[in-house]
Amino acid sequence: MNGAVDASGITKRFGQTLALDAVDLRVEPHASHALVGRNGAGKSTLVAVLTGLLRPDAGRIAFDGVPAPPRDDRAAWQRLVACVYQRSTIIGALSVAENLFLNRYPTGRGGAIDWRAVRRGARELLDGLEVGIDVDRAAADLSVEERQLVEIARALSFGARFIILDEPTAQLNKAAIDRLFAHVRALQAAGVTFLFISHHLEEIYEIARTVTVLRDGRCVRTGPVDAITKADLIAAMTGEDAHAVVAMPRDEGPREPLVEVRALCGNGFEDISLTVRAGEVVGIAGIGGSGKTALAETLAGLRRARAGSITLAGDALPNGGDVRARIDAGIGFVPRDRQVQGVVPALSVADNATMTIWNRLGRFGVIPPGARERSARRMMDAFGIIASGPQAPVESLSGGNQQKVLLARALASDPRLLVLIDPTAGVDVKSKEVLLDAVDAARRNGTGVLLVSDDPDDLRTCDRVIVLFEGRVTAELAAGWREHDVIAATEGMALA
Amino acid sequence: MTRFGFIRELGLLPALVVIVLAGALINNKFLTPINVVNVLANTSALALLVLGETLVLIAGKFDLSLESIVGLAPAMGLMLVLPVAARGWGIDLPVAVGLVAMLALGALVGAFNGALVVRLRLNAFIVTLAMLIILRGLLLGMTHGETLFEVPDAYLFLGAATVAGLPVSVWLTALCYVAAALFLRYHRFGRALYAIGGNAQAARAAGIRVGRVTIGAYVVAGLLAAVAGLIMCGRVGAVAANQGNGWIFNVFAAAVIGGVSLDGGKGTMFGALTGALLLNVVDNLLTLAQVETFWIQAIYGGIILLALMFSRLTNRAEQV
Repeated sequence: MNGAVDASGITKRFGQTLALDAVDLRVEPHASHALVGRNGAGKSTLVAVLTGLLRPDAGRIAFDGVPAPPRDDRAAWQRLVACVYQRSTIIGALSVAENLFLNRYPTGRGGAIDWRAVRRGARELLDGLEVGIDVDRAAADLSVEERQLVEIARALSFGARFIILDEPTAQLNKAAIDRLFAHVRALQAAGVTFLFISHHLEEIYEIARTVTVLRDGRCVRTGPVDAITKADLIAAMTGEDAHAVVAMPRDEGPREPLVEVRALCGNGFEDISLTVRAGEVVGIAGIGGSGKTALAETLAGLRRARAGSITLAGDALPNGGDVRARIDAGIGFVPRDRQVQGVVPALSVADNATMTIWNRLGRFGVIPPGARERSARRMMDAFGIIASGPQAPVESLSGGNQQKVLLARALASDPRLLVLIDPTAGVDVKSKEVLLDAVDAARRNGTGVLLVSDDPDDLRTCDRVIVLFEGRVTAELAAGWREHDVIAATEGMALA
Repeated sequence: MTRFGFIRELGLLPALVVIVLAGALINNKFLTPINVVNVLANTSALALLVLGETLVLIAGKFDLSLESIVGLAPAMGLMLVLPVAARGWGIDLPVAVGLVAMLALGALVGAFNGALVVRLRLNAFIVTLAMLIILRGLLLGMTHGETLFEVPDAYLFLGAATVAGLPVSVWLTALCYVAAALFLRYHRFGRALYAIGGNAQAARAAGIRVGRVTIGAYVVAGLLAAVAGLIMCGRVGAVAANQGNGWIFNVFAAAVIGGVSLDGGKGTMFGALTGALLLNVVDNLLTLAQVETFWIQAIYGGIILLALMFSRLTNRAEQV
């Protein structure tokens, strides 16, 4: 019997990185199949291949035994498979009914849109799912749960009988999750096949019958969920060395506390207390939506706290919203996503690298060109930044070199605390090494480091790792932590 | 950089040279000292507006209301000092106070625009469009649409007095451009404007006070618009209720032809100045050539369009 999906030997390479390495995936018809793996394991790439958005370098895909359509035939793909992403693909300003029939409205005489038919069709679609959503509502007003159901209804109306749900429960509360799962089970009974991508491993045991684990672009394990224990699942996600101690306690004697965060509350996190000592690297781990990024941005002054206090070397910091004040107080910051919050692409390397210290380069706010160049050259030498010169626009640099510019800039103000968000995201191995070495050098000089990341290479440099889940600290792993403990805690799973 | 990269550095200069040479050939009055001084004097007020607008554009925002400040600021400055018989308010304030109030009005309007755009996050286009209409309306209401003729000497100085053969306004504008060019290149607030226009989120994360710097650009633009209004008042020797009306189109045309990006983060003072000069040279040529008044606008618009296409071709993907 043919699977709902039979993918074999799927290989996809992006430049140097092998994102998918001969992945085989068979999803049985009417099944609920879970796909798990850490960030960067290749899940998103596999979804893009399965939905026809990416053409694999090698491998074959068949739906129900029929080879997949060519990539540019979007309509044919839409009739076969759909993915409901975390990010909405619904147009908020349009009504639910318009969204369901976007660009394929039933028309009446003269080609005019027949709005009554649109509304009737939409109602029938949603009634079929037993979803009571008013089709005239603006899609922007839908809850996450309702939005997902509308997207599922739309996929089904195209004829797709294979639906991928990308972390469908990430933004839902327990009751909504139960309702979603009830819909999923009902649809399964009616012949729809689901592939789940989830970070919440507990849920996989609840909804899925089969699970496939991806690691480093390879399919490392697949089988019925009943036959695989949680510990095995985590081991498969992390690899053989999951039980090894990865961070040895550093033998450098006690250090005085540098930063004290007390009962800090903000948008996305609640009641966080933590201490960073001088010369210590504290990792903050968690999945997307755990509040780790918001916490770091609050420390850096990019967001305001709702309550709580931050003291740096004994001085209470005034509440945030002012990055400049935090830099002056001694906090260096590498923001999330260098494209969005990091670099100013059209400005030169020199401008970008000295942005935090423009006020220190000369008097009365004047930036003497010589001082700026010298400063930038020093950073380029120290970090091995490869650019045609300090005047080269930063957009002409590779991602790794841009990231070095950002770290150099954060360190330029001689901070006592470094706040780093995904400092090595999307950089090559060599750059990663340089970046982590620079962080370690700063640590040895007595700088405290708060490192937000879920990259195991980053976390391995940490003395302690604090794990956030749904905005709260769920675990604090002291030096000598083991990698599988971090995984279990970030996935919100208690290991027996 | 390509083989023709140097053209990019020169910006509009080749076009300007070509037009000036062509003008000299077509009309023998064009390159006479009197006419050249006339063109420069005509350019000075517009060029100050272009300067201010360029600062706001580099920061990635808009200010349409500048042209209304050009009319309202000097009119208010005059009415504060003029007697009722001369259509003033009869408050009889000293002339110096009138001048300061005039500049303060420009700066205040800029600060208000900036605050609405930055703090309330309103769309700059709509906010300053509304402000343009409000200020124009205030001017009409205040003057009942009449022209203010009795201008104290102090108000005439900028636009009418000359130093070393050139009007004071030309020296002032030149000075402002040099200062602004240096400021944009070598001062942290100047660099901050580029950073904000290039990527406001990144600028904020790097400790730049995005809101304050942006409001500062609006304030400077408003102040310069008031100065431009004073220059016009001096040149004409009066303030009409429609002073500055419609200028904003030329301001934007000059800035964009001069290579200032409407998306923010890109633009130079040199480009802005050559843009303003080009427009006035063309305007002057059309007048000298005795093109029928009713046709001048259409021709003028066509030339702006051509200049835009030309700068697009020389700058390739760099532009707007």
